[in-house]
Amino acid sequence: MSQKSAPPHSFLGFVHRRRRGAEMFLLVLALVVGIGAYAAVGLGVEGSVPADLVAYGGWLAVLIIACHVVVRWVAPYADPVLLPVVAALNGLGLAVIHRLDLAYEAAGRTQHEFARQQLIWMTLGVLLFIATLVVLRDHRVLQRFTYTTGLAAIALLLLPMLPGIGRTVNGARIWIHLGPFSFQPGEIAKVLLVIAFAGYLVLHRDALALAGRRVLFIDLPRGRDLGPILVMWLISLAILVFQRDLGSSLLFFGIFLTMLYIATERPGWLVVGGGLFFVGAFLGYQFFSHVQSRVNIWLDPMRYYYDSPGSGQIVESMFGMAWGGLLGRGFGNGSPQRIPYAESDFIIGAIGEELGLTAVMAVIVCYGLIVERGLRAALVCRDGFGKLIAAGLAFVLTLQVFVVVGGVTKLIPLTGLTTPFLSYGGSSLVANWVIIALLLRISDQARRPVPDLSGQGELGDDDSEATQVVKL
Amino acid sequence: MSELTLFLIRFAYLAILWIFVLSAISVIRTDMFGARMPSGATPPRAERRKASKTGKAAKAPARRRGSPTHVAVIEGANAGERADLAHGTILIGRGPDAQIRLDDDYVSTRHARIASAEDQWFVEDLGSTNGTYVGSARINQPTTLSLGSQVRIGKTVLELRK
Repeated sequence: MSQKSAPPHSFLGFVHRRRRGAEMFLLVLALVVGIGAYAAVGLGVEGSVPADLVAYGGWLAVLIIACHVVVRWVAPYADPVLLPVVAALNGLGLAVIHRLDLAYEAAGRTQHEFARQQLIWMTLGVLLFIATLVVLRDHRVLQRFTYTTGLAAIALLLLPMLPGIGRTVNGARIWIHLGPFSFQPGEIAKVLLVIAFAGYLVLHRDALALAGRRVLFIDLPRGRDLGPILVMWLISLAILVFQRDLGSSLLFFGIFLTMLYIATERPGWLVVGGGLFFVGAFLGYQFFSHVQSRVNIWLDPMRYYYDSPGSGQIVESMFGMAWGGLLGRGFGNGSPQRIPYAESDFIIGAIGEELGLTAVMAVIVCYGLIVERGLRAALVCRDGFGKLIAAGLAFVLTLQVFVVVGGVTKLIPLTGLTTPFLSYGGSSLVANWVIIALLLRISDQARRPVPDLSGQGELGDDDSEATQVVKL
Repeated sequence: MSELTLFLIRFAYLAILWIFVLSAISVIRTDMFGARMPSGATPPRAERRKASKTGKAAKAPARRRGSPTHVAVIEGANAGERADLAHGTILIGRGPDAQIRLDDDYVSTRHARIASAEDQWFVEDLGSTNGTYVGSARINQPTTLSLGSQVRIGKTVLELRK
């Protein structure tokens, strides 16, 4: 039997529509959001529409239309909302980075090519998005590569430790440099780890959930069931702590915990995981000086404003957001260049200053929509592997947005993670486009009404008026 | 550029941003229930094939010699019970809306369903607690059934019969 999955459609009483027209409508609006922001930056900063608006807008439109055409071609039932929301966020991010380029230029700093580089990275991301959708016609194929992806993820995480190509930037050794390119392999590793976890958990979920001893509130699984995944996870965590990249270790810990919870349906894991998190956070606070300073800055940012590795970044960002208020200062009227690294970690602060709370809320709602569509794909999906991948990837984005936006708005201590699709950073942008391609692939599989039964398709139709069989 | 123009630009841009967000939400709202299919109608996929031929193919596979006509319970507390396949989907479980009601503690309220697609019959687990087995393998996606293949649900065994 080559095609086994064919759920009958009549049970639910409806089928998902393709909604490609709705996607196109939203994409046009998303382009207006992206190109409009670019024009507004030009008008606000220089007083005129930027000269390269047509070229820039055309390039953006070509990228987005290429995505749309490919989705129409290879994933016709995919979710209609994901791609437009991502396109809008990416367009807005590009415009804000361009605005920061202009601000840095005005402030007399030399490097002001971030937006151009980001556009190149976005092109690369879109190409990878298209390649993923075209090559990967069925996400279940990935299940064959469970251990391969796990190993690849660990290898990628180890790459920056190699003496030749690894670089230490801002205290974290998470970069590799190859000629003119620099890259953070950890961003790709997180996608691979989600696939590896999903492939492992879907095979062993029953053993993990049912076999084992009961300790306190939870059923502890047997060592041989949990062992491989625990080793995979501990290695990646150890590498990250060794590289002093605590944001990513938090992210991996969260992915592992959530996927374990989703696979086993045992809420006890959340209690245990939460406990482990607090133990880890306490130990981190005791042994790492930079964790201590992050927490101190979070508790009282104003006190460390004048210190040299102090709280300047978060305080400037809070000044900016306060100055921006509800409607923002408008592009060109704020001074987001005062925030160090405004183009990467603190892009939410820059948006809050020049576009105000209204835009920040729109951005956060957009992230909420992406996550909702990801979880919806997980719910509708018919196989456990796809469910786990979709939920895991949605959770990756959730945790990243929560940690970054929470850190910038001083809800939680600041941890360095990129804001998905908005902030400057090629590796993260490319990895996130691949995440969206995977989510679209899973939602396409999930929403397709009747899986293809070509081969037997023609048989049943001809004799629907055939003679009745006497019922026994 | 005057202060007012800049204010209008800023305001217009925020409006565009929220129009985008709200249209996305409204697309999600209309996407919630998909396209409803009148009972007996063909799924949209059929339009790719010859639409005129389909008729009521979606409801139950055409009856020909050699195709199954009913599901029988052959083992367990309800042994001997049966349900006709002619009415399309058959729901199996402990709940009152099931076509085959099983008095079996290991069966979920809505445990599994047997339904047809084109010429074949499939069994699909509906997220039950103890799972559904075809032969000795637990299924996690719709699985084809042929005549005589045994479906185990809790302590009960069902079979597709002619």
